[in-house]
Amino acid sequence: MKIALTVNGRPAALDVAPRTTLADCLRHALGLTGTHLACEHGVCGACTIIVDGAAVRGCLTLAVQADGAEVTTVEGLAGDGDLTPLQEAFRRHHALQCGFCTAGILTTLHALLSENPDVEADEIREVLSGNICRCTGYIPIVEAALEARAAYRRASDPAP
Amino acid sequence: MNTPNTYIGGHVERVEDARFLRGAGRYIDDVTREGLLHACVVRSAVAHGRLLSIDAEEALAMPGVHAVLTAADVAGEIPTIPFRRPNPKIGPYAQPVIARDRVRYFGEPVALVVADSPELAEDAAELVLPEIEPLPAVVTRAASLAADPLLFPGTTEDNVAAVFTATRGDAEAAFAAAALVVGDSFSTQRQTALPLETRGLLAEWDADAQHLTMHGAAKLPFFNRRAMARMMDLPETSVDYVEHDVGGGFGARGEFYPEDFLVALAARTTGRPVKWVEDRREHFAAIAHAREAEAQVELALDASGRILGLRGEMFMNVGAYVRPNGMTPVRNCAQFMSGPYRVPNIALQATALVANKTPAGTFRGPGRYEGSFFIERLLDMAAAQLGLDRRTIREVNLLTNAEMPHPLAQIRPSDGSRAETSCDSGEYAEAFHRCLQAFDWEEKVRLDGRLIDGRYHGIAVSCFIEGGASGPAETARMRVAEDGGVEVYVGSSAIGQGLETVMAQIAADTLGLPMERIRVFHGSTTYLAEGWGSYGSRATVMGGNAVREAGLALLERFRALAAGRLGVGEGEVSVVGLQAVGPDGVVLELADIAAEGLASEAKFLNSDATYTNGTAAVHVAVDPETGRVEVLDYVVCDEVGRIVNALTLHGQVTGAAVQGFGSVFGEELPYGDDGALLVGTLADYLVPLATDYPRVRCLSLESYPSPTNPLGAKGAGEGGIIPVGGAVANAVASALRTFGVAPNHLPLSPARVWALLNPSE
Repeated sequence: MKIALTVNGRPAALDVAPRTTLADCLRHALGLTGTHLACEHGVCGACTIIVDGAAVRGCLTLAVQADGAEVTTVEGLAGDGDLTPLQEAFRRHHALQCGFCTAGILTTLHALLSENPDVEADEIREVLSGNICRCTGYIPIVEAALEARAAYRRASDPAP
Repeated sequence: MNTPNTYIGGHVERVEDARFLRGAGRYIDDVTREGLLHACVVRSAVAHGRLLSIDAEEALAMPGVHAVLTAADVAGEIPTIPFRRPNPKIGPYAQPVIARDRVRYFGEPVALVVADSPELAEDAAELVLPEIEPLPAVVTRAASLAADPLLFPGTTEDNVAAVFTATRGDAEAAFAAAALVVGDSFSTQRQTALPLETRGLLAEWDADAQHLTMHGAAKLPFFNRRAMARMMDLPETSVDYVEHDVGGGFGARGEFYPEDFLVALAARTTGRPVKWVEDRREHFAAIAHAREAEAQVELALDASGRILGLRGEMFMNVGAYVRPNGMTPVRNCAQFMSGPYRVPNIALQATALVANKTPAGTFRGPGRYEGSFFIERLLDMAAAQLGLDRRTIREVNLLTNAEMPHPLAQIRPSDGSRAETSCDSGEYAEAFHRCLQAFDWEEKVRLDGRLIDGRYHGIAVSCFIEGGASGPAETARMRVAEDGGVEVYVGSSAIGQGLETVMAQIAADTLGLPMERIRVFHGSTTYLAEGWGSYGSRATVMGGNAVREAGLALLERFRALAAGRLGVGEGEVSVVGLQAVGPDGVVLELADIAAEGLASEAKFLNSDATYTNGTAAVHVAVDPETGRVEVLDYVVCDEVGRIVNALTLHGQVTGAAVQGFGSVFGEELPYGDDGALLVGTLADYLVPLATDYPRVRCLSLESYPSPTNPLGAKGAGEGGIIPVGGAVANAVASALRTFGVAPNHLPLSPARVWALLNPSE
């Protein structure tokens, strides 16, 4: 089936099999391997991507469902520029070890912080509970997210 | 000469983060090749049975299916996977790379389908029909001990893969002289390490060169290369294991598994590159399990709480076969149960039982987590009976630096260099006091055992040692590149722990160069003629010291070349940061002599273990209505000899502690009576989530550098998980003291805690 979508700001036109998931489509057809698969049944959150502003599971979304959508993957967060404040905070707080869950956690938090830059630790944890990290124990991830709030606040503030 | 920079011990952010944060990491499923085929493993759905036939006709007829490999496609004897720690008894229990006439666990490979795409391979695998005549499954300790039935009839006389003894002093006399003997039965449940990235391999066979390349290495590429070369009847130099980014290891990933051979065979048979990536469901049945242990153990003490002796027996259900390091948890549990304590007399026996379950291997802190749980429970039981403070009974038994080196129990049968081992350095009470201070025991103890707002509060303290620096050696090589950067090649492998950063710190400090000029390459057999890898908390100590030695050798080589160039004696040249300064103040830059090819190599030899020691304290609240336990505070303090990178060290300790909570409260791999694994998804294997354990604090000390290595470092990647079982169970016992419960069996799921409180229901 033919679909057309925007991925990380670039248009993409593809012909996909109906059963192809959006995660597989991004990884294999578009070569965006930053999106990872770790359970393929919607539990671990590693494949989380942002579709029309919302964090969704790439493994539970069919590619054909994304026809006409705007998709952001981990590769699109910083693009070719400097790391984003959230990514920088991850590095400062050692919020990643093996890096396998990191893409899904960054996209999840990016969607959350974009929507609510004043979010508190408890809600960050609540939202993060849809992502499994086996390395860090989550504590530094929450610290990084809390620190990154300031940058999201600035970004959402209309110029004075 | 002063070292001009000190990355070691400084606040150094990780170099590998930049690519991971951008999604530019390259994990095994990201690797592809022209003409790539995809494999899917057909696994036994029967735990124990006779494999009568395999009908692959329909699968083979599917367009896009290239091969269905079974035992019949393996020339000659089916190869078995070699042991990393051989002992005389375990030979018959080695795992064949594919089942031929008998299956022994749910998930055992019986065939491999190779097709144009992973989807096609999966579709075709469903059409492969193994005919299996079921046999009764051995699931429990009793059935295994009764040899009912035998798993290897005609080959072995029982289901006992090995019996290890751990001995020291005269336990019998110690128990006869004791003022108090406490003992009980304990158990820890079967679980698995669960790295977030499932396993995967990509095999390339070059028929012209007769060379096999295996992508997807982790943990120990060099051992696996040797194993593969033997099985494939190739010289070792005709096999390479190549490491890419690795999404977590924790002991289970990177061992030689049946799939290593099968995927390689598929590439060799089809002449095309073949990739296999495990899905989560098969991961649960295929990767090594761990921790299924039962123990009956006793502690003998004098009236003041000094430990006189430790004795008893343990039974570990190691699953259907003995995997490469399947005996490690068994022997470790016996050898290290005494932990950080002075236990002069020990008589422990650990029996490895085979059963129709997934074969076991290691998971972070193998055997040590189990043994720590057993002895920490015994210590609290003894303190209660002697009327001693739970701190006192630990304090009087913790080892002092004056006693170092302190020999631990001796293991028989001997299975390598660590059959005899000694604690290396440390005043173990130091981390103990620092932990209790940070935890604020004096304040929290007021809550101990009290019912507050409907929940019982309890606190507890546990102490541990962590063995590190697995021998016998590690290798490193350095080369000055044309751009003046230094390439560092090390035999250690990266499993997500920040190896590149730590090695770059050590190399930069040794050479006196900025870290930016260091490039670290690791984990692939293509880089070094021999090497070991990353397991047993060894990379920082073994790889780090190898890098240091290679750096020192590089400096010496530079000095010699500079002296030659200047026409002076080597002693007249000083070297700082790859600048050589001659007697007249003449400075030679690296670039001046780089053309002469500056390179070095080193092999760091060390068979003495390092022993990080530490203490953990925990505060829990138990809801008697639901049995749910909440961790309100957890503090762990460890003494690691030398802190190379505080960020990654604390990352290891915190992450391990939270993994430990998963072990204590939720993660379990239950089996049905028929030997069917009852877990198949992450929705029913309950790993810690972000909402579960928000309060973990850790602090680290470096008061007693290890005398075993020039860096003074001690392995510290696993210790965080070791004390968790004992600490939490003791805190629950303390919280529920008015009920007289004995939480001696893990996991402490809400249902089990509730049952402890309601024994008659």
